[in-house]
Amino acid sequence: MSSGSATLVFLEHRGAEIQKGSLGVLSRAAALGDPEVAAVLVGDAARALAHEAGAFGAAKVYVCEDEAVQQPLPQPRVDVLAQVVSDGGYDTVFFANSVLAADVAAGLAARLDAGLNWDLADVERRDGELVGKRPALGDSVYVDVGWTSRPRLALFRAGSFDAVAGAGGEPEVVEVSPSFAEHSRGSRIVEQQVEESSGPSVEDADIIVAGGRGLGAAENFTLAEELAKALGGAVGATRAVVDAGWYPYSSQIGQTGKTVSPKLYVALGISGAIQHKVGMQSSNVIVAINKDANAPIFEFSDLGVVGDVHEIVPRLTELIRERRG
Amino acid sequence: MRIAVCVKHVPEGTVRIDPGSKRLDRSGEGALNHFDANAVEEALRLKGDSDTEVVVVSLGPDKAIDSLRKALAMGADRAVLVSDEAAAGSDLVATSRVLAAALEREDAELVLFGQQASDADGAVLWAAVAERLQLPVVSQAMELSLGDGSLRTRRQTEFGYDVIEAPLPAVVAVSDAINEPRYPSLKGIMGAKKKPQEVLTLSELGLDPSTTGEAGSRTSVIALGEPPARGDARKIEGDGSAAQAIVDFLAEKRLV
Repeated sequence: MSSGSATLVFLEHRGAEIQKGSLGVLSRAAALGDPEVAAVLVGDAARALAHEAGAFGAAKVYVCEDEAVQQPLPQPRVDVLAQVVSDGGYDTVFFANSVLAADVAAGLAARLDAGLNWDLADVERRDGELVGKRPALGDSVYVDVGWTSRPRLALFRAGSFDAVAGAGGEPEVVEVSPSFAEHSRGSRIVEQQVEESSGPSVEDADIIVAGGRGLGAAENFTLAEELAKALGGAVGATRAVVDAGWYPYSSQIGQTGKTVSPKLYVALGISGAIQHKVGMQSSNVIVAINKDANAPIFEFSDLGVVGDVHEIVPRLTELIRERRG
Repeated sequence: MRIAVCVKHVPEGTVRIDPGSKRLDRSGEGALNHFDANAVEEALRLKGDSDTEVVVVSLGPDKAIDSLRKALAMGADRAVLVSDEAAAGSDLVATSRVLAAALEREDAELVLFGQQASDADGAVLWAAVAERLQLPVVSQAMELSLGDGSLRTRRQTEFGYDVIEAPLPAVVAVSDAINEPRYPSLKGIMGAKKKPQEVLTLSELGLDPSTTGEAGSRTSVIALGEPPARGDARKIEGDGSAAQAIVDFLAEKRLV
C-alpha cells in the first residue's frame, strides 16, 4: 500500500474548550506529514472551535451541531464520522482516548469494518506504512501494530502527545448533515452531575501531587493540597480513596479515571497498583513516597522515597515554599 | 426476559505473548476475566427471583468452557461457547462479528459486558457489538435498573456522572464498581455441570470462516519490542534528610 493521503482527527470538546488530548493527537497527525489533515468537531458550539482546530494543524474542519449530537453520546457521532470518512475519502482516523471517544471509535470500526488499534502510545511512518506502538501486559512489552485494510482507526492513550499550535491558517469549514440511524438515537442523558475540583484540573496540570490510602484519612489530603499549591500543581487521587469518599471523582487518576502525563507526578502513599499505573506511568518524572519498601510504585518511579508521608511531606512543602520565596 | 452476558476466558498468572504467533499465549491455565464477573453478578441481581433467563456467551478455545461454568456456578442459567480454530486471532472487527452472530440467536433484551478484558486491556468491544446488532449502548455503568421496555443507568465519565435512559433491547458495559460479584457456592458448582452448555462452530452460526480469525481481522501485530527504559531510577530511605533530597532531585530536573 502507498503512504497515507488523508487523516481525520476526532476532536472532543466540552463547553468552549477542545480537550487537550485531542489537540495533541491532531498535532501528531499534522507532524506525520500527510498531504491532508482534517478534523471533526461534533456537538454544541462546534463551529466556534473550528478556528482553534486550524491552529493545531487541521486544514479542513467538519462540524456538526445537529440536535442529535447535542449530548455527549457516542452513537450519533459514529453516524457523523461514517459520513465524513465516506464523503472525504479519509483512509486514517485518529482518536484521543476518553470514555466517549473509545465508544465512538469501536462503533465506527464495526460500521466500516475497519481495523482499530487502541491504547497506542505513539504512531510512526515506516517505509510509508503507518505503525502504531502499543504498550501491553502492564507496559512490559511494546507491540508494533499495523492495519491490513483502510480506513485505519487508531485510539491513542490520553496524554500521549503535547498539543502544539503550528503555523496553520484559517481552516475550511464544512457542515456535515448525516442521517442518524435509529439505534444511534436510542440513548439520552436525563441528568448530568458535574464534579468540579478546585484549583487546576489534573488533565491540564504540569505538576500533579496525588494521594492514596497511605495518607491514612480524608483530612490528610491537605498534605497533598499544600504540596500541590507550593509546586503550582493539581491534586490527584487513586480509585481507592475516591471510592472511600476522601476525594472527588474528578481527581481520580487511573483505569476508570483520568490518564495524565504531567512533567512531574508526586505519588503520596500510593502503592502503584496496575489500575493506577496505567493512568500516570507516562508522566515525565515520577517521585513516590511510600512507607512500604516493596510497593510496586517504586518499580516505575524516578525517585522512590521509603518513608512516612506524614513526616516528609510537611517538611518538603516548607522547603519548596522557601525556595520559591 | 433474557439477559445475555458476554464473558472472556483469560490466561491466569503471568501473561506472556508467544513470540512465534505474536498472540497472547493461551496454552496455560485460564480463568473468567474478573471484570466480567461484575457483569454476571449484575445480570443475576436484575434477574432476582424472576423467570428471567441469564445466558453467558463467549468466544474462545474449548477450555473457555471452564469460565462459562464458573458463571453457571454463580447462577447463570445457560452457556454458549463459540469455539472454532478459524476464529483464533480475531481482532475487534472479527470478534464483534462472531459475538454479534451468537447474540442474534439469543435475541436478549439486555446484553451485558464487563468494563475491560484483563489480558489485552481491551475496553471497546461492546460498542462494536452494539453497532453490529444496531442497538443502543452505554458504557461505564455504575448503577443499572430496568423499567418497562427501557433501562436507566448512572455512568461514570471523566467529568462526573451521567444518568442515561435507553430503550430495550440494549447493550450495557458495567463498571467494576457496580457490585461485588458473589462466590459460587458448592451447590452452585455442583449444579453448574447439569446446566445447558452449547458449543458452536462458526458454520453453525452461519459465518464464513474467512470473515473471522486472522483472515477476517483488519489489524496485525508486526513486532514485539522492549518498552522505553526509565532513565536513572533512584531509591532512598526516608530519614531526616528525605525532604531535602527530594528538593535537590527536583532542582536537578529543573522542576522547582
